[in-house]
Amino acid sequence: MKTTGLPILNIIVFLPLAGAIICLLLPSASWSSTSLRRSSWSTGRPAPAPGPVSTLGPAGIVGLVVALLELAFVIFLVIDYPTSGHAAGFQFVSRHSWIGAFGIDWSLGVDGISLFLVAMTALLFPIAMFGPTLRGNSRAFMGWMLLLEAACMGTFLSLDLFVFFVMFEITLVPGYFLVAGWGGARRNYAAMKFFIYTFAGSAFLFVAIIALVVLAAPRNGGHQTFDLITLARIAGSLPHADQVLIFCGFAVAFAVKIPLVPFHSWLPDTYTEAPTAGSMILAGILFKLGAYGLLRLGIYVVPVGAADMAPVLLTLAAVGIVYGSLITIMQKDLKRLVAYASIVDVAFIVLGFFAFSSQGVTGGVLEMVNHGLTTGAIFFLVGIVWERRGTLRFSDLGGLQKSMPIMAAVFLAVVMSAIGLPGLNGFVGEFLVLVGTFATHRWWAVVATVAVITAAVYMLWAYQRVFHGPVLNPANDAVADISWRELAVVAPLLVGIVFLGVYPRPFLERVTPSVNYLLDRVEQAAPNAHVPKTHNVTYSLPANQDVRGGPPGAAGAASASGSGGAGSGGSSGSVPSAAGSTPGSATASAGGSK
Amino acid sequence: MSGVVLATVSGLVAQTSGGSNPSGCAIGKAGDSVSGLCRAANSLHISVAYSAILPVLILSIGGLVLLAVSAVLPKRIYPGLYPVLSTVVGGVSLVASVWQWYNVPGHGQGMVEIGGQIFFDHFAVLFAILVSVAVILSSIASDSYLRREGLDGVEAYVLILMSGTGAVLMAESASLISLFLGLEIMSIALYVMAAYHRRRAESGEAGLKYFLLGSFSSAIFLYGIALVYGATGSTELVLIANHLATNVLSNGGVLLAGMALLIVGLGFKVAAVPFHLWTPDVYQGSPTPFTGYMAAVAKAAGFAGLLRVLDQGLLTQQTDWRPVIWVITVLTLVIGSVLAIASRDLKRMLAYSSVSQAGYVLVGVQAATGTGKSAALFYLFTYTFIVIGSFAVVDAIQGQGESRSTIWAVRGLSRRQPLLAAAMLVLLLAQAGVPFTSGFLGKFYVIQAAVGQGQYYLAVIAMLTAAVAAFFYLRVALLMYSSGVPAVAATTPPAPEPSGSTGDLPYGDAGEPTDVGVPAERVGAASAMTTTGLAAGAVPSEGGLATPARAGGASALDVEAEEDVFAAGLAPVPGLDPETADRASALDAAAGDPPYVSSTNAMVIFISVAFTIAAGVSSFAVDFAKAATTLF
Repeated sequence: MKTTGLPILNIIVFLPLAGAIICLLLPSASWSSTSLRRSSWSTGRPAPAPGPVSTLGPAGIVGLVVALLELAFVIFLVIDYPTSGHAAGFQFVSRHSWIGAFGIDWSLGVDGISLFLVAMTALLFPIAMFGPTLRGNSRAFMGWMLLLEAACMGTFLSLDLFVFFVMFEITLVPGYFLVAGWGGARRNYAAMKFFIYTFAGSAFLFVAIIALVVLAAPRNGGHQTFDLITLARIAGSLPHADQVLIFCGFAVAFAVKIPLVPFHSWLPDTYTEAPTAGSMILAGILFKLGAYGLLRLGIYVVPVGAADMAPVLLTLAAVGIVYGSLITIMQKDLKRLVAYASIVDVAFIVLGFFAFSSQGVTGGVLEMVNHGLTTGAIFFLVGIVWERRGTLRFSDLGGLQKSMPIMAAVFLAVVMSAIGLPGLNGFVGEFLVLVGTFATHRWWAVVATVAVITAAVYMLWAYQRVFHGPVLNPANDAVADISWRELAVVAPLLVGIVFLGVYPRPFLERVTPSVNYLLDRVEQAAPNAHVPKTHNVTYSLPANQDVRGGPPGAAGAASASGSGGAGSGGSSGSVPSAAGSTPGSATASAGGSK
Repeated sequence: MSGVVLATVSGLVAQTSGGSNPSGCAIGKAGDSVSGLCRAANSLHISVAYSAILPVLILSIGGLVLLAVSAVLPKRIYPGLYPVLSTVVGGVSLVASVWQWYNVPGHGQGMVEIGGQIFFDHFAVLFAILVSVAVILSSIASDSYLRREGLDGVEAYVLILMSGTGAVLMAESASLISLFLGLEIMSIALYVMAAYHRRRAESGEAGLKYFLLGSFSSAIFLYGIALVYGATGSTELVLIANHLATNVLSNGGVLLAGMALLIVGLGFKVAAVPFHLWTPDVYQGSPTPFTGYMAAVAKAAGFAGLLRVLDQGLLTQQTDWRPVIWVITVLTLVIGSVLAIASRDLKRMLAYSSVSQAGYVLVGVQAATGTGKSAALFYLFTYTFIVIGSFAVVDAIQGQGESRSTIWAVRGLSRRQPLLAAAMLVLLLAQAGVPFTSGFLGKFYVIQAAVGQGQYYLAVIAMLTAAVAAFFYLRVALLMYSSGVPAVAATTPPAPEPSGSTGDLPYGDAGEPTDVGVPAERVGAASAMTTTGLAAGAVPSEGGLATPARAGGASALDVEAEEDVFAAGLAPVPGLDPETADRASALDAAAGDPPYVSSTNAMVIFISVAFTIAAGVSSFAVDFAKAATTLF
């Protein structure tokens, strides 16, 4: 376990919190000049030129400094994170007693899975805070955003179930106020729906956590503990039915948060009504809390329950992929379309997780990061279109490419990432998920492959309806192109999209040990979970080998074809099948797997 | 009042005239020897252990002193004297309780004192501390209200002290007789307090309603005592427990009936469904600071009595009473939360909220374990601060004559009083059970107790009702952080500058195919109301604009949500014309002064909020509550 002299995880959690408090204590800016805007009464009409833009102000400066400082700390963390093969466990663990009477510790730690979610959070927050044009009370906005960042960091880093739950819940408050305060016409409805849905889902999580802790206490020498690692160790000795029920409690809560299809109806409203920054954070980070919880609490702590319920979740994911795709195609509004497209993406993540193969889970984790980058960028660009045009209905748009060519190019790049064009990040994640699922759950993978086609349909069609075609609406004639500032804001996301697409190795070599460790647990606890043996291949490659995301593909191919595991295991460490680099080799590799 | 107290004291003395052991009777594991000891002690001639009833003595004598002082001094010469005196009495009682906390006899296990009538244990002392705190806070909070309403005088404070006396006595009582005494002392004072505002008809109605229903419940309780006495041959809880532990009742019907009647009587005091029907009317009609006091103290004392009776006297019969309490718990949780959604009056909403909060305490009670008891104690102790603070905020919002009492009165509070709005937000979130408040830890604790007993369904129901309850707490929060008066829109030309919050998308139109959408007619209703609000706001628009400027800027937490709260998915309530209510409150908010928060009120609110957060992020209150269950 790696430690450092600096309590870096505590800094990462408390720095935004401190920033939020500072924002709160700042003298209020002359609000009449920044936020004296009323009258959203005429909600039915398009609003081409919204009210005055807030200046950055002292709160903005505090927010900027804190968010960038946070990003610097996280970059330091990512670089400092060990990449050797023995780095499967939690690193930089920090543990302090918090509420002794309940056995609650304030304990934080990071592993390969949470590392990149933390990195994505740190990257996306400054972009969301300072990218979109901010209107209204900047002090409150910065305060809520920083509070939300602290809570997200706390959720990803917590090693104590109580801390996890507390942080998971507290994200609702800033989320609620961000949607209610800066959202669209039906923001109050959307904010309330968001809060109530997730709060109700959390009821099951709450009871499941407490049940786990109470049931585990006698097996821990009578000491009640909320420690994740201890509970994960003990949970295996609980009665089978209890483990399954506890997992179901977790799964319901996270399925609402993610959201999986039967629980998804809050998502379109909330994403659509949220302000641009809110949509970026909601889509980019908040639902990763649910997916992460499913992995960390569901699969890690109660693998038996996860293995038992895997068919249900896989089916929900497959249904979500098909149903979500069909609904997405039907949408008449760009932002709503992107919101529904998220349902498909998250279903992919869940599919990868519950395939219980190394490729699947790694792909799922990668998809989490991908989706954060891609959807964050899309929502940002959609926000720009809305700023310029005041409407996002496809019937009002069209032909924007003529007046905003650079914007169209950027948008196309991001759309390609969302579709899963080889060479961009979306492909690697989607490919790993499909391969990993095919290896263990063939027919679910076959159904899920539908999304590869439908994603192209709705995304490209949306792009076409917005940017191509003749300019039928004169308002689309003279729209200002994306500005340099906006381009600079979206650039880090584009860099991430391309980087993860062509060179995912730094990502994979940090994630894979943790994923394998997780799957070992599943296999030990539930030998019937159809974990392919090849998942034990380690991806901690020698530094001089140039492997670009190939090994998982190769390993998946081997396990899927069922040909000798030894041969593929030996080759997977060295064969650079270059799955992510060119379309040609990717199809070759995929073809080889069948 | 003084007569009641004198009767109490003399009653106690009369009961103990036979004498008692100076060291009391230790409550040991061996029940037989204890009861034998107590009987032996009763036959001796020994003095009263005054240390056991110190808070009771201080509060009751303090009340009498206040009366005496008011008789000596010329009328209304020192208007601020009585609240100060009452606060001092509460403070002395608090100090005495804290002293008691560290001097509980029997090596911290507790003793039965004064002829088997009084428990001296941590449980009792915790409630003495709770009541002392409530007395202090309410004395401070009542001052500005009573002066504003022209009701100031000594009587209110005497009543507070007297009802506090009764509440502490209930928590200390070791027999059903002293429990009943405490209940009556507390209740009679509370009846008067409910009716205290003589110029408000609602207050009189509240007093009468509370008195009539309360008297019935007292009578039922008394009948229950008689039946339990008939079944077990004693009114002392320890002796009842011993009797039930060592004997098999040939016919348990009498005991069951008595138990049921005791639960009804105490259920009335804690406002558990289906004995809650008095709560909304009484809470709404009573003077606001008294409502807070009532919600804190009457509930706490009722639960103290319930825990004493069920967990101490009738613990052996728990297979009989636990299912009953289970049903009551579920009803309380569900009905309290659901009815709160329908209420449009702030105090009425908080009344239903207090009903549903009682449900969470009941979750701890029905667990019938040590964890359950300490969870209930923690919940009650933290709720005291939350509810007194909440009603102090409501008091500030309501203004003269409690004129602004609908939930629309809080609209735009963050502009006019940012700190007040922030305090209310914390208190509302605490009641909703959001982390980092004491309310969350309280829910956590009771759920833990329920799960520890394998009550998973109850735990899930409780948490789901918390989600329901979150709706009406958040509705108030939303209104507080929406703009004050829709004035600017009305003054702008017909083609107004569209609003500018980022991403302010025109998605609200009902024609949009939505997955789960608001019905079109509801959206229509909302926009209709919006228009009405606009028209209403047109007249006082200058006032509405001037107000924020006077308030000195927006709150740091300020968000800008202009549209009507009905857009948040609320259907108009039949029977209450929301347009009228909305218009009236909009006019109020524009024309009236911003809420005036007196310095005393501000102090109460600050203490409440500080405690709510402190108890939510650290473990001291948990340890405190845990230590208070050592008796059991």
